[in-house]
Amino acid sequence: MIEISSHQRGLKQSVDWALIGVYLALVFIGWINIYASIHSTEPSSIFDWSARSGKQFIWMLTSFGLGGLILFVLPPKLWEGLSIPMYIGVLALLVLVIFVSKDVKGSHSWFELGPVKFQPAEISKITTSLVLALVLSQQGFKLNKFKHFMIAAAIIALPMLIIVAESETGSALVYVGFIFVLYREGLSGWWLGLIGLVIALFVGTLTAGSFWAVLLLVGVLVLCSAFMGPGKETGRRLGLGVLFVGLMALVPWLWGLLSNAVQTHVDWIANVTWVPQAGETQDWFWSFILKIKPVYLLVGAGLLAIPFILWHAYRQRDNFLYVAVAAFMFGVAMVFSTDYIFQNVLQPHQRSRIEVLLGLKEDLAGVGYNVNQSKIAIGSGGLFGKGYLHGTQTTFGFVPEQSTDFIFCTVGEEWGFVGCFLVIMLYVFLIVRLILDSERCRSPFTRIYGYCVASCVFMHLFINIGMTIGLMPVIGIPLPLLSYGGSSLWAFTIMIFVFLALYRDEKKYF
Amino acid sequence: MKQDYRHIVLLIGLGAVVLLLLGKIFSLQILHPSFKEDADRNSTVYETIYPTRGIIYDRNGSIIVGNKVAYDIMVTPREVKAFDTLALAVVLDVTPDFIREKMADFNKRRRSIGFQSVTMMRTVPAETYMRFDEVKYKFPGFRGQVRGIRQYPINAGGNLLGYVSEVNQNYIDKHPGEYRSGDYAGMTGIEAAREKELRGEKGYHIYLRNSRNQIEQPYMDGAEDKEAIPGKDIVTTIDADLQQYGQELMQGKVGSIVAIEPSTGEILALVSSPGIDVEQLADIGKHYGEIAKNPYKPMYNRAVQASYPPGSVFKLVNGLIGLEEGVLRPEMTYPCHQGYHFGAGHKLGCHSHKSPLNMEESIMMSCNAYYCYVLKNILDNKKYDSVADGLDHWREMVMSFGFGRKLGSDFPAELSGSIPSSKTYNRAYGKGRWNSTTVISLSIGQGEILATPMHLANLCATIANRGYYYIPHIVKESDGVTIEDRFKEKQYTMVSQEHFPKVINGMWRAVNSAPGAGGTAFIAHIDSLDVCGKTGTAQNPRGADNSVFICFAPMDNPKIAIAAYVENGGFGASYAAPMASLMVERYLKGETSRPALEKRMKEANLLSRVKHD
Repeated sequence: MIEISSHQRGLKQSVDWALIGVYLALVFIGWINIYASIHSTEPSSIFDWSARSGKQFIWMLTSFGLGGLILFVLPPKLWEGLSIPMYIGVLALLVLVIFVSKDVKGSHSWFELGPVKFQPAEISKITTSLVLALVLSQQGFKLNKFKHFMIAAAIIALPMLIIVAESETGSALVYVGFIFVLYREGLSGWWLGLIGLVIALFVGTLTAGSFWAVLLLVGVLVLCSAFMGPGKETGRRLGLGVLFVGLMALVPWLWGLLSNAVQTHVDWIANVTWVPQAGETQDWFWSFILKIKPVYLLVGAGLLAIPFILWHAYRQRDNFLYVAVAAFMFGVAMVFSTDYIFQNVLQPHQRSRIEVLLGLKEDLAGVGYNVNQSKIAIGSGGLFGKGYLHGTQTTFGFVPEQSTDFIFCTVGEEWGFVGCFLVIMLYVFLIVRLILDSERCRSPFTRIYGYCVASCVFMHLFINIGMTIGLMPVIGIPLPLLSYGGSSLWAFTIMIFVFLALYRDEKKYF
Repeated sequence: MKQDYRHIVLLIGLGAVVLLLLGKIFSLQILHPSFKEDADRNSTVYETIYPTRGIIYDRNGSIIVGNKVAYDIMVTPREVKAFDTLALAVVLDVTPDFIREKMADFNKRRRSIGFQSVTMMRTVPAETYMRFDEVKYKFPGFRGQVRGIRQYPINAGGNLLGYVSEVNQNYIDKHPGEYRSGDYAGMTGIEAAREKELRGEKGYHIYLRNSRNQIEQPYMDGAEDKEAIPGKDIVTTIDADLQQYGQELMQGKVGSIVAIEPSTGEILALVSSPGIDVEQLADIGKHYGEIAKNPYKPMYNRAVQASYPPGSVFKLVNGLIGLEEGVLRPEMTYPCHQGYHFGAGHKLGCHSHKSPLNMEESIMMSCNAYYCYVLKNILDNKKYDSVADGLDHWREMVMSFGFGRKLGSDFPAELSGSIPSSKTYNRAYGKGRWNSTTVISLSIGQGEILATPMHLANLCATIANRGYYYIPHIVKESDGVTIEDRFKEKQYTMVSQEHFPKVINGMWRAVNSAPGAGGTAFIAHIDSLDVCGKTGTAQNPRGADNSVFICFAPMDNPKIAIAAYVENGGFGASYAAPMASLMVERYLKGETSRPALEKRMKEANLLSRVKHD
């Protein structure tokens, strides 16, 4: 590669045309699939203004105009300068919309200006990204400093919480993706692990039960402390840990045998030595024994071990062990409160979606209907699909929201595995290109912003496609660039083209 | 701090997640072919083919129940465009509100209906449909579907035939897997009794819809299709002409006529009056309210469901039992002084006739006193320990004639009537606190005896056969339709066959004695047909006596046995006897020699005498 100085650069070199190409390809694929998903009920031309495909065409043209404006007309410095006022303005809109919007399926997130509907949560992703990029790129900003970390966390959490208050939990989930940006910018990898562990404990408690969740927690902590402790101890700790976890795994089985025996014994007492008044007092001990569950035993053993572990940590100056003890108590508290959170904090529809996803409840007529029909649509596509406009599943309205959140069903049914693979690969190209372009930038602002864009696209991709194939609960967020809807298309266009504009203006590492 | 490895970690993470997504998609699309079948099932259309219902014939091959074409008006809500509600209402002969309500309902259910068609109106007559057909193009989304409905060429046997109507949820639940909402089934009469044969089997054609909801091709080239199997035709034992004649005779009266062919047990006519007109049967839904409100209960099939005291015709049974038990000999005579006197001043009255008289005469003149002696001798027979024992033996013999139990006919909803046992009286009077005189009214078919007109016709057939009967039935064996073997077996009574001719002589004399000789049923006499009969006049607590008559003809090799029961008709000879006689003549000769009598019978109206609830 030849290094070219910035003033010598022409348009050709500085604009990432490949990224624009992928962008255009995805938008076009979205448009024709929107038409495919509506053409049976609204038999009209793809350009028919009254149908969704026609409207999407208008959104596409305006988006291209918007993209051109951002890329070629507006000064790139604008974004850095305007980021804070825009962030505050959007926060205000996010709050305002709660009070002025109509109730759309329980959520209050849409502004309605005549025929145009607009969701500030879409724009908020851009402003949050810009402010995050601005703050993280400041000289001397260290994510591992508690104060700095809290600032970054607050920038992300503020819009997220307001969006949760709008009852758009799905959109809020996307903000979790900013953790990847923070990781890239120096946040300890333990935070990623922690979030992963929390999710695993939550799911584990609901599916396998609290005993196994706690055992998982203990196992992970033992494993980590074995590797994080002083070097020579590793093998011994690992051995002891594995032995402990292995023995504990036998507990439920032993407990089953034991409680059977106790039950028999209690029955025997009841049958043989039946004493009218003394009966209760004789039985309390045994009925108490029967109430003990294996998980209490496990947690009890853990709590008893804590003083020894703390002493050990003090002696060995093993700081990780303190963390492990704290993590254990936090994890146990979480496992025991999961049921409470699940039953009382989550809304009923979210609860049932998670239950269906985790296979706790089979509900093909209700919540499971969408996912089941969506899986049928995609599954029936086979290798090459049924052909464009020949899908039966999507066009008969078995799949609801088929042109918006479930647009991937149309791709799956009509284009088959080949189509799915191609579309996902286009997204992978988009994300990888964004990451590699970002890495190439000298300006931290552009780099961090690029990572933000990549994270948002990734979260949408994973949640949306995961939802249509039954990997994720049904969370109503669009597939970037493919799903029908002006708000979403505009937002992702602005997001990507702001990056392109910044990138064009960038001094790069080649 | 340089983070040069971290983007690699993130890219690896991205790769892992993408592999997870692609793996799951691969599993859905390539490894699980069942989703393809599910999608096919989603896009298949089942078109139900309704079989034509079996035709019901009479014994001579005339159609009594046929089929005619009607139409269901179907709507496919997704195809309906804005239309002129008023115009459609006029064409279909309904109110605009009816259509608006239906459309509003479909709109409410649009998600479950989807692209399917739903029924808006059922069994629209062909004339209405023709009007609709001409302007159908103005109403996209509306179409007609052919649906056979019942047609009745002869006005014969409304109650007997029964009606067909749409099944309700209760009916569907009772026949799991056999019916679906919108199907029709026989609900009463022969339609219900032979529903399984008559209905046939529904079929279906399966089509695949393409992505534009057009029917594209038969699913799997029709390999999975099932053709409808038409219902089997039923040949009944009914003589349509006789049935219709019986109905005409019974006009304006409440009661029943049952005619049986003794040599087979086949029911020739089963008249219940007042009955349901076949016009009403065809559209039972419309007339149901009016039928249900009729105080004379036309739905109630008196031939098998009304329990009446049999009256004097029951003397024949007591006489036969007396002969069998050896306590009566035909030549034995008993006196009758206007009745039978017993206890302190009690009397069971009788009319004026000669006294003393023998058994044949007692039947001919229907003497009450004679049978009081007979029953008393049966019950007080020394060979039994007690009257109670005697009564229970008597009951057993009575029941061998089919009384007091369901005869087991193939006609639905038959009732059993009742014959009292010692328990009945123990309950009423206390054990040992009653004797043969307490129950003396059983001798003349009154008191605790109840029987249906079908029981009486069966008694008549039993006597005509000299001691056995075939279980009365209404369906003849024909191609593909079998009847149970029990209908082909002789059912013997506990009375030896040798005793029957003695009773028959009495019955012959009741009808054929010269006028003035005292025969009670001279009015039933028909020249050259040896009609044998027995009158009965049964007490009716609600007004005038019931007129009862049973007879068979000819005396040798009888072709028809008949029972007529006319509520509040007075003496047996007033209505029941002439009507039964006219029926016999019609059946055996095809015409009547007594037009004046026929006219008088047809025109008589006794409804004003009948007290109803």
